[in-house]
Amino acid sequence: MAASPETHGGCRRAQMPHLSKMERVVVSMQDPDQGVKMRSQRLLITVIPHAVTGSDVVEWLIQKLCISEEEALHLGALLVRHGYLYALRDPRPALQLDQTLYRFQTPYFWTSTLWPAAELDYAIYLAKKNIRQQGALGGHEKEHYDQLHRRINHAWDLVVMQAREQLRAAKQRRKGDRLVIACQEQTYWLVNRPPPGVPSVLEQGPERGSCIARRVQMTKNADFYKQEIECCTKALGRIRVKSSVCLEAYLKFSSQHGPHDPIMSGCLPSNPWITDDDTYWAMNAPNVAVPTRPRVERWGFSFRELLEDPVGRAHFMDFLRKEFSAENLSFWEACEELRHGGQAQIPALVDSVYQQFLAPGAARWVNIDSRTMERTLEGLRQPHRYVLDDAQLHIYMLMKKDSYPRFLKSDMYRGLLAEARTLPETKRRVFPFMWKPRLSSPSPALPPASASVEPAATAGGPGAADGEA
Amino acid sequence: MKTRRTLKGHGNKVLCMDWCKDKRRIVSSSQDGKVIVWDSFTTNKEHAVTMPCTWVMACAYAPSGCAIACGGLDNKCSVYPLTFDKNESMAAKKKSVAMHTNYLSACSFTNSDMQILTASGDGTCALWDVESGQLLQSFHGHGADVLCLDLAPSETGNTFVSGGCDKKSMVWDMRSGQCVQAFETHESDVNSVRYYPSGDAFASGSDDATCRLYDLRADREVAIYSKESIIFGASSVDFSLSGRLLFAGYNDYTINVWDVLKGARVSILFGHENRVSTLRVSPDGTAFCSGSWDHTLRVWA
Repeated sequence: MAASPETHGGCRRAQMPHLSKMERVVVSMQDPDQGVKMRSQRLLITVIPHAVTGSDVVEWLIQKLCISEEEALHLGALLVRHGYLYALRDPRPALQLDQTLYRFQTPYFWTSTLWPAAELDYAIYLAKKNIRQQGALGGHEKEHYDQLHRRINHAWDLVVMQAREQLRAAKQRRKGDRLVIACQEQTYWLVNRPPPGVPSVLEQGPERGSCIARRVQMTKNADFYKQEIECCTKALGRIRVKSSVCLEAYLKFSSQHGPHDPIMSGCLPSNPWITDDDTYWAMNAPNVAVPTRPRVERWGFSFRELLEDPVGRAHFMDFLRKEFSAENLSFWEACEELRHGGQAQIPALVDSVYQQFLAPGAARWVNIDSRTMERTLEGLRQPHRYVLDDAQLHIYMLMKKDSYPRFLKSDMYRGLLAEARTLPETKRRVFPFMWKPRLSSPSPALPPASASVEPAATAGGPGAADGEA
Repeated sequence: MKTRRTLKGHGNKVLCMDWCKDKRRIVSSSQDGKVIVWDSFTTNKEHAVTMPCTWVMACAYAPSGCAIACGGLDNKCSVYPLTFDKNESMAAKKKSVAMHTNYLSACSFTNSDMQILTASGDGTCALWDVESGQLLQSFHGHGADVLCLDLAPSETGNTFVSGGCDKKSMVWDMRSGQCVQAFETHESDVNSVRYYPSGDAFASGSDDATCRLYDLRADREVAIYSKESIIFGASSVDFSLSGRLLFAGYNDYTINVWDVLKGARVSILFGHENRVSTLRVSPDGTAFCSGSWDHTLRVWA
């Protein structure tokens, strides 16, 4: 082969760590004691040593890596596709479990070398094949051959001469070795010039980390280092919680939310994706009149869950009205609007919030402690997106620590739980006796219809569930 | 778990997808520049736009469901309002929002339609005002291309996490532009980051074939999800609704499902015929969708 191993940019090699891992697997497969059982294949009168059957490879993978047969087959197929394993006859991108014998690719041709696989080399390879097959090159290889012939016509004599020379040198080898070398070469080219319809395993997507020039460089001046020092100091002073405590928190969170996780525990009446019935979505629409019981339960999990649910938030607002502290929630909502709103609306929003909630004698004056109020009013001189953050946090904490627990203990909430929609705990997975057509739903991007009506959840729900149970 | 829907229609590798808040619509983008909005429940295509660039690596659905954002090799993030008017072409109303000096790798709307967070191959993340296209804040700190980002589901703070080719995952404060925490335990590019539903931790998937869980309060890595038989990099991760399961799509065409708390693999899903490039759980957790280089998207439940 005329190609010489060029050192490729560190980026490209580092972008394919899976190749070195595959090589480790392949090397341990060839271990004389722990590896796959090697056999010799007989092809007419030649004997090729060190061959393995597909099923032996699969078994070895199952045992060594503790995986299932399906996974082992898949991994085997990937090894073949990346050119680390090849069949002596009939190259195919999968691992056959029949008597087909495979051999391991020689490291010289390993994909990780990432040789540029030059046109000239490919031309020589195709020319050799052409000569061997006496001009009967087929399919895409014939096309490539013709293309190359046109493109590097000036060097064609060299190509043919090299091809002839290599074939002549090969004739001096034993038939077995000749066959093996031809197979190895063929495998190499199958990886580097895949036939049409076979995706290239070398493709990695747009190059990463290549264009250093286009990267935004941080000037390492005094300011940069000052920031670094500040960052490190903060990191040193940060209170770290013990991981055991954190893990307990995950346990608590997951077990609390587990029954509400459709993938883990299913959902009633049924998962729309499984039964093609979207009643579940209709019943859990953002602004449904009667929320389901699991939904109302979730409001009790955290303040965030309550606020994120429009129905929950509306009920909480009603509760606050009864307690004459509804302005807190309205203030919080207004601050959210400011924080996430458009840049151009900021001055107007800040002003409106000030007038409504913060000005002395305002209609819906919110009760913030004097220090925060002072700081906020100070900041309002130069309004920006985050000027109300302190005040917002104060009010949020107030609601969370005070109003929210009271809400959960209130008669109103208990009433909501009682009235909430429950579904009979019949079979979680419902078998569709009748094929229901998949209904389309209006896109949120459509302009709203005149009167927004909740989808006919009430009409469809329980009846349909019974019918299918 | 198995494939419940297969969405065919892209003529080339699917690179990115995102769910709409209505739990059934998705937007997906591909290598040939096509961005398609589907109602994945009925598998109908509702909108299609052709971007002027190839390799559209990032796409996002607006919280209102009325617009989509996408970008890629054009170094920009463009916002397209979704219109059902037959006379209007979506491309006419396109708004160019973000400008980077290298490819756009990820984008996400914040809690409203008016702000977009982007991550780019130029090593920075940036927050933009959609209406004016103004840069509100930029985040410098990664030493190489930033490949992914995710917004924290926090109730009070504004933070987000990003992962890059420098093997680091960094947590940023959106308000000050400062990096709050950084984690560097992966051995290769961090392809995908996703917050745990409570917001106290996040998972990352990397080319080193592992997924790792980092806790923000403990300030360290707390779990590694790896197996000797998993050789190819994880391109995309997401949690189930309760955070008990971690779904990860890999470059070996499979999806592995991990038990987050036990650290063990629960199952492996086959089906795609080329690498899985993107994976997202639906907003109500009833299913997850995976997009692959085999030109299709699959919804699993």
